[in-house]
Formats: sequence, C-alpha cells, structure tokens
Amino acid sequence: MEDGRMRVKCNFSGDQKFLENGRCVSKLESMGFRVGQGLIERFTKDTPRFKDELDVMKFICKDFWTSVFKKQIDNLRTNHQGIYVLQDNKFRLLTHLSAGKQYLEHAPKFLAFTCGLVRGALSNLGVKSIVTAEVSVMPACKFQVMIQKM
Amino acid sequence: MAVCIAVIAKENYPLYIRSVPTQGELKFHYTVHTSLDVVEEKISGVGKALADQRELYLGLLYPTEDYKVYGYVTNSKVKFVIVVDSSNTSLRDNEIRSMFRKLHNSFTDVMCNPFYNPGDPIQSKAFDSIVSTMMVQAF
Repeated sequence: MEDGRMRVKCNFSGDQKFLENGRCVSKLESMGFRVGQGLIERFTKDTPRFKDELDVMKFICKDFWTSVFKKQIDNLRTNHQGIYVLQDNKFRLLTHLSAGKQYLEHAPKFLAFTCGLVRGALSNLGVKSIVTAEVSVMPACKFQVMIQKM
Repeated sequence: MAVCIAVIAKENYPLYIRSVPTQGELKFHYTVHTSLDVVEEKISGVGKALADQRELYLGLLYPTEDYKVYGYVTNSKVKFVIVVDSSNTSLRDNEIRSMFRKLHNSFTDVMCNPFYNPGDPIQSKAFDSIVSTMMVQAF
C-alpha cells in the first residue's frame, strides 16, 4: 500500500520480515508511551488544571509539540465525538527523509515513537486513546487520536 | 513540619505514605483515606467559580481536633496529602504551598526515571530524603 498506514504493510516479501517489523514498531510505540508519561509530568508541573478534553488536545498541539519539536501542530480537526486529527505539515522527523513520495513505506518506523509519545501524554492526563499516524506526502503527516471511553 | 505525607495515584491507591513513627500509623492511613473524598469533591468543583478549579493547590481539606489536612492535585491526577499538627499554628499557607512544590518537583523526577514504572510504590532515596526534610524530626 502506498500511503504508509502503520498497521497494514504489503510490500515485504517474507512473513518473517513483516512480523519483525511489526514487533519493532510496537516496541518503539511503547517506548514513546513511557517517555510521554514522564514528559507530560514535567511540562504540566506549573500549568493550571485542564477544563476538558479539548483543552488537553490544545495543550498537546501547542505547548507539548513546541517543547518537543520546536513548532506547533498546524491543524487540529475534530468530529466532537472523540476523534481528533492533528496535522503537521513539516514533521521534524521526516524532513530529512524526503520531500515527496520517495521512501513513503519507511515513514511508519519514524512515526511510531511519536504516536506512543502522544498516547503516553494523553494517558497521564486521564485520556485513554489510540493514536495512529498516516503519511501521504512527506514531510506532512497526520496523527489520528481516537478517544476511548473508559 | 508535617506529621504525615502521602502520595496517592490517580486510581486512588497510595504510592507512598510516611508518617511519624511515634504515633499510630493506622490512624494516619485512615485520615489520608478519608481526605480523598474531600479531594474528589474539590476536583469535581461542583458549583465553584472557574478560578478555583484551575489551581493545583487545594488548601486546607478539613481540620480534625488534633490535625489539619492539606491537599494538592497534579495535572496527572496524582494527589499529595500533608497532615500537620494542629498545635503547630506557626505554619503559614505559603510554607505549605512550598512544601507541595518541593514534593511535586521530586515526584516529577521520580516519574522521569526510566527504571520507575508508573503505578509502582515509590522507592526512590532522593524522594525519601526530600520527605524527611519536611517531616517532624522523630527522636
């Protein structure tokens, strides 16, 4: 598949390689999760308490993204029913890979850690979620956050 | 100087609880447990002004005849509870606030330790020493 979705990959020949890649990606994601938890504790030490879920997402898009990637999320969209899409038009971890469709199939490896980062940050703020990433044209990418009702 | 300091996880179980050993520890455990209800009430902020809801420091939770209990909640819903002796009237609000600040800073360091799993009891020596400086010195 050409659009590099994280969980579906068809261009590897052996099943072994596919499984190995899947395990690495989920390991990266869980590492990001733990780091996200610690980071959010440090970043929210002096901020006032959050009013609601949207407030939490705005914090992630502005302060959190700025502290980690030195820029803000460019676009936040929501359907007001627990799905948020964070769009970064110039994702710092992808800018050096390519500026178009080259190496698209390798992009998920670089996004796994960040997905975990967002999931860990949200989890420590009391929001349980599933975060996936998708790239259609580098270096822009979209992170989709699905809030899980506990 | 505190008589008992407790750190409670967001699922409301204690991550760390330490009290002056001369008095019955069970009594402090019970005091901290009952103060959780008051903390919950303050967090949910029913009918409170918006300004109150945004603060992390919760202030005096409730006074008993011997002790005063203060609370503080972080953005990650971890609660700190400090119990001080009622007879110790020299302790001002600012001092309590600074005690909570130090606790929060130390707790953040514990959280960032990669060998610490969130949800485990806190066993950090650095955290212990910070707490020791705030507790009443036992003889």
